[in-house]
Amino acid sequence: MQPALRAIYTIWYREFIRFIRERSRIVGMIGQPLLYLLIVGQGISAAMGFRGVPANVPVNYVQFMYPGILGMSVLFTSIFSGVSIIWDREFGFLKEVLVAPVPRWATALGKALGGSTVALIQAAIMLLLAPFIKVPLTPLIILQLLGILFLISLSLTFFGIAIASRMETMEGFQMIMNFLVMPLFFLSGAIFPMTNLPSWMAFFMKIDPLTYGVDALRRIIYADADPRVVEFLVHYSLGFDLAVIALMALVLGILGSWSFSRQE
Amino acid sequence: MAVIVVRDLVRRFNDLVAVDGVTFDVEEGEIFGFLGPNGAGKSTTIKMLCTLLKPSGGSITLAGFDVVRQPDAVRRAIGLVFQDNSLDDRLTAEENLLFHGLLYGLPRATIRGRMDEVLAMVNLDDRRRDIVHTFSGGMRRRLEIARGLLHHPRVLFLDEPTVGLDPQTRSAIWQHIHRLRQEKNITIFMTTHYMDEAENCDRIAIIDHGRIQALDTPDNLKRGLGGDVITMMTVDDSRLQQEIAARYGVRAVKDEEGLRLQVGDGATFIPRVAADFGGQINSISLRRPTLDDVFLSLTGRAIREEKLSAADLMRLNRRHGRRH
Ligand SMILES: Nc1ncnc2c1ncn2[C@@H]1O[C@H](COP(=O)(O)OP(=O)(O)OP(=O)(O)O)[C@@H](O)[C@H]1O
Ligand SMILES: [Mg+2]
Repeated sequence: MQPALRAIYTIWYREFIRFIRERSRIVGMIGQPLLYLLIVGQGISAAMGFRGVPANVPVNYVQFMYPGILGMSVLFTSIFSGVSIIWDREFGFLKEVLVAPVPRWATALGKALGGSTVALIQAAIMLLLAPFIKVPLTPLIILQLLGILFLISLSLTFFGIAIASRMETMEGFQMIMNFLVMPLFFLSGAIFPMTNLPSWMAFFMKIDPLTYGVDALRRIIYADADPRVVEFLVHYSLGFDLAVIALMALVLGILGSWSFSRQE
Repeated sequence: MAVIVVRDLVRRFNDLVAVDGVTFDVEEGEIFGFLGPNGAGKSTTIKMLCTLLKPSGGSITLAGFDVVRQPDAVRRAIGLVFQDNSLDDRLTAEENLLFHGLLYGLPRATIRGRMDEVLAMVNLDDRRRDIVHTFSGGMRRRLEIARGLLHHPRVLFLDEPTVGLDPQTRSAIWQHIHRLRQEKNITIFMTTHYMDEAENCDRIAIIDHGRIQALDTPDNLKRGLGGDVITMMTVDDSRLQQEIAARYGVRAVKDEEGLRLQVGDGATFIPRVAADFGGQINSISLRRPTLDDVFLSLTGRAIREEKLSAADLMRLNRRHGRRH
């Protein structure tokens, strides 16, 4: 096997084994988005309904939020997978990988693929919820969703790797969660629609690449629904969304591999 | 032929010069040792030789490749047992070995065969399917060494390989290393502060404060000292130390063995010192110089094995004690 291929395979395999061995992580990973969907989603729609939606558009708040929650679960899991390199460094295993005769970009890619695999498993479980909130899915929709989620997750794991390659210790982790990951999530349009917002906020939402990910997810999920739903929920064309996502994957992929390769 | 060529190697950490102008060659098939106390710069040197740390100055060529400019080629030629933990403690012993073998491009069948071999060497056969975080410090250390010996690199680096291990395990590991060297002509670069371990080396560099103080075969180093080493249990170490210096012009050193001094001919010195200071001496013993004595005469300090190994054990345990 080529050195690059065997690094990608080995690192991916390690991520996978560690994932299935950590039951508590699996429970947490699935529990968190579930809590958002049930408590935040139900709570907000019970208290305030889904204001701003025209009377003739048949969509409720939980249905609006569901694609965003899919995005959220992928966001958190992917960033966390990438940042876990800090743990590998702290506990010494990273040295073993850094001194191995394999290209470092391949190691980073293996890590990113491992993170994406885990994120996709989680997303697949979240998809099982769709019937309960009256979101009909077809095999084609599921396939397209997983494809988009995979690209998003790959980019975000690379993003986590880039962050971790610059961070010496775990102390900065909380900062990153609060000032980077949470804003990325809130500004992606996952939990409130991009309508009637102050212009500064609309601006930040437009430069949050996840906005386009969530937009694409909504378009795919509601492709077979009432056209008025798509018109109300979706703001950009699928082509534009995909272009932004692909660009994000490319830029973060290069940034992540490059940062990982040049660390000592 | 020299497989490692090091010239004027320097590494600074801010103001601290950890490695201070080191020059040496290691021949193919040789066991070459760095002997020195804590903080001497041994691990820093190894990390630079292994592409994990950039030198502040000087040059390193390994297997014909420049370590800074051709790190990938260098990594293909080397294997490394780190001083600190580098296992994945969420994986089993077998998985740690398997991933190492895969990363180094060994076919699975070879990995399986070698796995049995190295696990038997370090006596971990029966724990091979256990998760590493259930292992004791010594077991982790053994697994780490087993992993380092799984692929057969051209140059194998061992950073204080057998710290904290019992004598039987140490000797099993050394047998294995000697056999590997015979069969595959592997070059071994190791660091240690165990004197008896240093005796396994063909040549030793004694290093202190980032500088090589002497470099030769263990026998030559000891022979270079000349004569014998005498240790005495005395009533008052300090007083006798002064009196001996005044009377014979010999510098005696105090340590927990008592007073230690080096003389040309021990057999004639003992009766003299016994006649001159009999009342102050409880016991006298005579021995050939060890590498510790060599180190002492070069630096004025002794490498005390017991204390160092206790400190190392603490460090190992601290590393292993924490969990994710
Ligand atoms: N990353 C680092 N940052 C700052 N100083 C360092 C770093 N690594 C090593 N040093 C310093 O360099 C010196 C040499 O350290 P090194 O680890 O090479 O010693 P050593 O000979 O391996 O000692 P030991 O027997 O304890 O392993 C020490 O003073 C140490 O504090
Ligand atoms: Mg060291």
